[in-house]
Amino acid sequence: MSSIPLQPGALGTPNEQARENYLNIKHTVASWLLTKDHKRIAVLYGLSISIMFFLGGLAAAGIRVALVRPHDTFFSSEAYNKLFSAHGIIMVFFFLVPSIPATLGNFLLPIMIGARDLAFPRLNLLSWYIYIIGALITLGAIATGGIDTGWTFYVPYSSVYSNTDVVAVIVGVFFAGFASIFTGINFLVTVHKMRAPGMTWFRMPLFVWAMYATSIVMVLGTPVVAITLLLVVLERVFGVCIFNPACGGDPILFEHLFWFYSHPAVYIMILPSMGVISEVITCFSRKRVFGYEFVAFSSMAIALLGFFVWGHHMFVTGESMYGGMVFSIITFLIAVPSAIKVFNWSATMYKGNVWLSAPLLYAIGFIFLFTIGGLTGLYLASLAVDVHLNMTYFVVAHFHYVMVGGAIFGYMAGMHFWWPKITGRMYPEGWAKLACIIMFVGFNLTFFPQFILGFLGMPRRYHFYPPEYQMWNILSSAGASVLAVGFAIPFFYWMWSLKYGELAGPNPWGAKGLEWAIPSPPPSHNFDSVPIVTEEAYAYEEIYARELAGDYSDSQVDRPVSPLNTEQPDQKTLEDHSSTEESL
Amino acid sequence: MASVPHDDHGHGGHGNHHIPKVSTYLANYVFLMVMLVLTFAVAQVDLGALNIVVAVLISVIKTSAVVLIFMGVKYNSRLTWFWASVGFIWLFALFLTLGDYVTRQWVHLPIGW
Amino acid sequence: MSSAQLEVAPQRLAHQFEDIDQQNECYIVGMWTFLVTEIMFFGALFLALTVYRSVYPNSFFEAHLALNKWLGLLNTFILLTSSFFVAMGVRAKMLGQNSATQFWLGLTILCAFGFLGVKYVEYSAEFREHHFPGPNFHFVATQPPGGDLSANSQVASGQPNISSRDFPAGYHPQQLELHKRQLFFSLYFVMTGLHGLHVIIGILVLGSIWFLIRYKHPSVDDYMTLELAGLYWHFVDIVWIFLYPLVYLIGRQ
Repeated sequence: MSSIPLQPGALGTPNEQARENYLNIKHTVASWLLTKDHKRIAVLYGLSISIMFFLGGLAAAGIRVALVRPHDTFFSSEAYNKLFSAHGIIMVFFFLVPSIPATLGNFLLPIMIGARDLAFPRLNLLSWYIYIIGALITLGAIATGGIDTGWTFYVPYSSVYSNTDVVAVIVGVFFAGFASIFTGINFLVTVHKMRAPGMTWFRMPLFVWAMYATSIVMVLGTPVVAITLLLVVLERVFGVCIFNPACGGDPILFEHLFWFYSHPAVYIMILPSMGVISEVITCFSRKRVFGYEFVAFSSMAIALLGFFVWGHHMFVTGESMYGGMVFSIITFLIAVPSAIKVFNWSATMYKGNVWLSAPLLYAIGFIFLFTIGGLTGLYLASLAVDVHLNMTYFVVAHFHYVMVGGAIFGYMAGMHFWWPKITGRMYPEGWAKLACIIMFVGFNLTFFPQFILGFLGMPRRYHFYPPEYQMWNILSSAGASVLAVGFAIPFFYWMWSLKYGELAGPNPWGAKGLEWAIPSPPPSHNFDSVPIVTEEAYAYEEIYARELAGDYSDSQVDRPVSPLNTEQPDQKTLEDHSSTEESL
Repeated sequence: MASVPHDDHGHGGHGNHHIPKVSTYLANYVFLMVMLVLTFAVAQVDLGALNIVVAVLISVIKTSAVVLIFMGVKYNSRLTWFWASVGFIWLFALFLTLGDYVTRQWVHLPIGW
Repeated sequence: MSSAQLEVAPQRLAHQFEDIDQQNECYIVGMWTFLVTEIMFFGALFLALTVYRSVYPNSFFEAHLALNKWLGLLNTFILLTSSFFVAMGVRAKMLGQNSATQFWLGLTILCAFGFLGVKYVEYSAEFREHHFPGPNFHFVATQPPGGDLSANSQVASGQPNISSRDFPAGYHPQQLELHKRQLFFSLYFVMTGLHGLHVIIGILVLGSIWFLIRYKHPSVDDYMTLELAGLYWHFVDIVWIFLYPLVYLIGRQ
């Protein structure tokens, strides 16, 4: 991609670690807490969201413990309500929304487009501080009494009846919203104005496209939920009357405004993952992404179309029937760009020289789980079916397949793919694959039974259930334990790799992209000289041809050559490969 | 290896930002005042449902005057034009909510509104 | 003074940018992106206003009569004027004329305080008359309450004769009418209150820039600081441009 020469085969040497990079340039606490370097802020965000993920996971563990028995006595019902609310609020607002954009996006976006930093480094740091303030307020409120409204804060329960600390939690979420708005503004301006010479829109990596689309959703959606939640606070504190039906207000209006953000927020969570998957799949297939423009535009289509489907959350809550029909149709439409992506990823792998590394394993897991999550979304988008499935565990299973199976698998794929770049060390490949498989099995064991539970009619958010549902709930809880093990393993081997991992060279995977053209970990200023981009993204043809000829020197870590890879390609395959783009 | 030499940091420069004339600002201000009087005058006439349409229309004209001249979007790049219009355009998406309220009454329901 | 001869005062370049033009445009586009979020923020409130106004047209008309449209007019005038002043201030700063900048900025801040003063007069009258929503809300209608119920065909379509037995206990037509007016005042206070909060933030921002220029602080050497603050202030004005006719000048339906 860039014309900066790589050093093929040059594995990192101890000298490499002595070189000045963003990690070792200064070691004081202040140098971290006052940093304006996008890479350090990414690390700060990464640590923070990991803690939030752990706390949200603890709450989920509580839920699964409670649901093992039909009449749980371990938690009171009030405590159970607070558990699932805490789980939802922490995971949605403090983990999933900032997850990939604030960590991988922050780290990679400027490097991928050849910039020295984001357009507004101070705003970037401010975003992290606001996020931390919001997280502390919310966690404080949850620790000192909790909230029982669920993460959706539906009125009038949240504004009038709930006795819990709704105000503090909403204030915390409000702060987190501003953190994500600031990230969005920063990314948008950076992508527009900070691209290196030659980095045209259609040479940008698809991850950058995904970040751009995500930022649009953040900027256009978040303020609406901010004002909506603020109105709930004002109703509680000052007794003004906006949504309360007891004084003529319309609670459905709250749902409209809430979902105007919160449905697009789903795309804030999944679009970055899709960007990661595009990068990972193309690298480990040694092929250009099939239909680059289609994948790029489908990101934009998802982001924009995603704003017109919010009403599908309200099919049974009193929305107009005609509104329901329109929202149902548009919801079906949005499946099209998502399907385009899935087809294009599969087509990219087809006839590729596939290297089944851990990141790719996660990416393939993503495709499986996201496809299931997406298709079950269509069940819910059908008006009549939704009457039966709404507010049941079917919905819970559906959005966990998208959020956990999609967003988190994408996050894991990205973290493994760029771990050598971020830390300068390799993670242990075998353990990573094992963790991926455990996660995949545990995930399906946890959430597939919930589809069945939902279909049988078990409502979500209920503490007690009839005994005939117990078997499925036990399966689900057992799966959750497996899933927890799966999530714990990376924590340990990542820590281990920081000290003992093999040193990674600048480009362990033989990947294309500006981020792989600079040392690992990158220096503070990213590039010694402004790169000039002369190629489109993902020009893997040469590497592909070399590898098929048996020369695997492009990847700096040992690439296992599977029997599949040793098969000599005929001339036709090579031609097919290089003409994929044109034949589109 | 093609690359652009690094600029020395911290140096300054002159942007080529357009500076409008004072008379442009004054004219715009007078125009806004006329529009303000019009806003008030129209509201005193009973036009039925048209009142709100006219009121919003005048507000849009006033906003355009502020955005284009005072906020300088007229003199700025296409990118600024783009982002200056995005927010106003996207309000339409939000206001699609009204579709729900309009169509809710198409179905006769015994209770609710 | 012809614009061709005017030259912008020199600026400092931050490390992440290549040249001044890129830096300026980043700042302006960034500010506009932030204003997009502000537009959506207030947009949701205007949506709520539109929804309730279309559902309770007559109650909203009745309730809005209690507002002082002359004071609203005065405030619109003040804000539009301040918008002109701040534009002049930014222009002076661009040309590097610091004392002129301070003059225009001072006038702008004066206008902002004037706006808040008028708002204070309005609010205190409304609090005196118990127009603030809540248990003490009270509204003396200019015509007998309940007029809305007979006239509001949208709500009562197909149910021509509404009597109190159609409502749950405690929700008599009079009570309901009071609620609808309270709804109007809820929106009025929330919208003008949040707008007022933006005015206060504007005063703080413009005021600190005034002081920084006064003491020749290097952070305001660049006119961009004031330019961005100016954009924000114009936005506050734009919100009021819509607020005034839609809240103070509601027409009879």
